[in-house]
This record gives sequence, C-alpha cells and structure tokens, in this order.
Amino acid sequence: MAPRIGVVTFPGSLDDEDALRAVRLSGAEAVPLWHGSDSLTDVDAVILPGGFSYGDYLRCGAIARFAPVMTEVIRAAGEGMPVLGICNGFQVLCEAHLLPGALIRNERQTFVCRDQRLRVESVDTTWTSAFAPGQEITIVLKNGEGRYLADTETVARLEGEGRIVFRYLDNPNGSLNDIAGVCNERGNVVGLMPHPEHNVESLTSPSLDGRPFFASVLDFLGEKV
Amino acid sequence: MARVVVDVMPKPEILDPQGKAVTGALGRLGYSGLTVRQGKRFEVEVDGEITDERLAEVRDAAEKLFANTVIETFDVRVDTDSSDQG
Repeated sequence: MAPRIGVVTFPGSLDDEDALRAVRLSGAEAVPLWHGSDSLTDVDAVILPGGFSYGDYLRCGAIARFAPVMTEVIRAAGEGMPVLGICNGFQVLCEAHLLPGALIRNERQTFVCRDQRLRVESVDTTWTSAFAPGQEITIVLKNGEGRYLADTETVARLEGEGRIVFRYLDNPNGSLNDIAGVCNERGNVVGLMPHPEHNVESLTSPSLDGRPFFASVLDFLGEKV
Repeated sequence: MARVVVDVMPKPEILDPQGKAVTGALGRLGYSGLTVRQGKRFEVEVDGEITDERLAEVRDAAEKLFANTVIETFDVRVDTDSSDQG
C-alpha cells in the first residue's frame, strides 16, 4: 500500500493543494488534514504548507502553532514521523519549537519571488536523502519574512551538527549564514523557505528539483514498512 | 475594568528592519538624530481585580503567545490610568 502523506490546511494556507498534488504525483496517497482536527488519521508523514495562516497576524505561524492539529504533529514529530514545513510551514515549526530559530522580515523589506538556487548541505534527513551531497538545485522562493535568525550559540550548534540542510547560493533576504532550511536533531523534521511542491512538473516549473524531497520520504517510509 | 499592558520589542542584538525603514523616513523628513526601534503594544482587559496570580497569568500568556522569545523581549505592567484605584 502507498504511504499516506498528510497536508495540513490552516485558515489562510495557500499551497496546500499544490502540496497534495505533489504528493500524489510522487506516488504516495495524499491526505488532507484540517487544522481544527485532533487526529492525524494514521498518516505516515506530514507537510505543513506555505501560505499566510491567520493572515500572518501577530507573527508568521504564531497562531497556527496553537491549532489543535499541532498537538498531534508535535507528538508525532517527537516519535520520529517525517514532518516537512514549507515557507509558512517552516515558520510554524519554528514557532512550535520543533525547529530552532525564527524567520523575520527580509533584509530589504521586500517580498521576494524568484527561482532560487540552493545547495543541499545535508542528505542525512528523511526529506533529502535522495539528493547528492552538495547538489545545487533550483526551487521557487516567495516570501516577505524569510530571513533566518538564531542566536550565535544555536547557529554554531546547527553548523557543528550538520543541521543546516539548505543554503542559498545568492542570499536573497539576509538569512544568517545563508541558511535556507534546517532540521531537528533526529533529521525527521525539516523546514525550508523555498517551495519544493512547485517544482515537480516540467509544464509549470523551471526545474524538477522538488521531486527528490518526496522520493526521499518515500524511500524512508518504504524502508520502515 | 482593569488593564494590563504588554510591550514586545525586538531584542537589541536583532536587526529591526521595520525600525530601520522608519528611521530612514524620519531622516528624509528632516528629523535628525532620531533612531527608531519598532515593537508591539498589547492592551489586555482583565475581568475582575488584578491580583499577582492574574498578572502571572498574563506574563505566561505573553511568553507563550505575544512574544517569540527567540527574537523578542516583553514587559508586562498594570496600566494605572485605567485601574479603578486611580
């Protein structure tokens, strides 16, 4: 049976449909999850999609972090379930303290929307194992508050433990150490600002570099079963 | 009705792009020597009297929700103008 990958819809989520579609194209079963639900309905992995949950009020991701479904996401992440946070989903994961650091307003205050070049810094996660170490990829980036920040000690720890998963090749927003994505200690929770779900089909994307994200998690889930 | 005010500010070591933009605008308007850091003010109306426990509750809420302590500091105080002790 195909693994079940859930995508959470919060009020204001924007890319939940694209994420579900990318999951389907990868061969997994796409399972819509509702923010108000207190069950993950037996999914094998969870994606928190991009968008503007709760209008980005208070801080990006700050209100979504307390949605009922997040209690289960936090519990499952603690048990090793693969969780991927994309853009707003990354912000939610940081607010939930599943990932360290925070995302603040871009350095030049502008919304950035472009095909972003990245380097894969760690293939030792459930979402990046299908990449080659150091592989350079292009993934769509679109956000106003994508500047990654953490205190010096935290960044040193992330660097030392190989937990910087993606780095910008030409830093678009002032992120510390060109950080585009990080993971938790175990490597099952990954967050990044660029949008791999938009890079899975040649008709609509400049690259297919989003596909290995899904291939990675399917590999992982296949091994587990 | 009693009121508690929570001020949230970006930590000093964190660059504040909004404050920086406002500072730039001040300069263009001819105000010199003024540097702005921009934060948020939350006014919390509290049912009943403000006790130490209630204040502790607001402080807890501020730490959990109003501020992200990775990047922000917060300050909780009773708004004396609105309290009935006058």
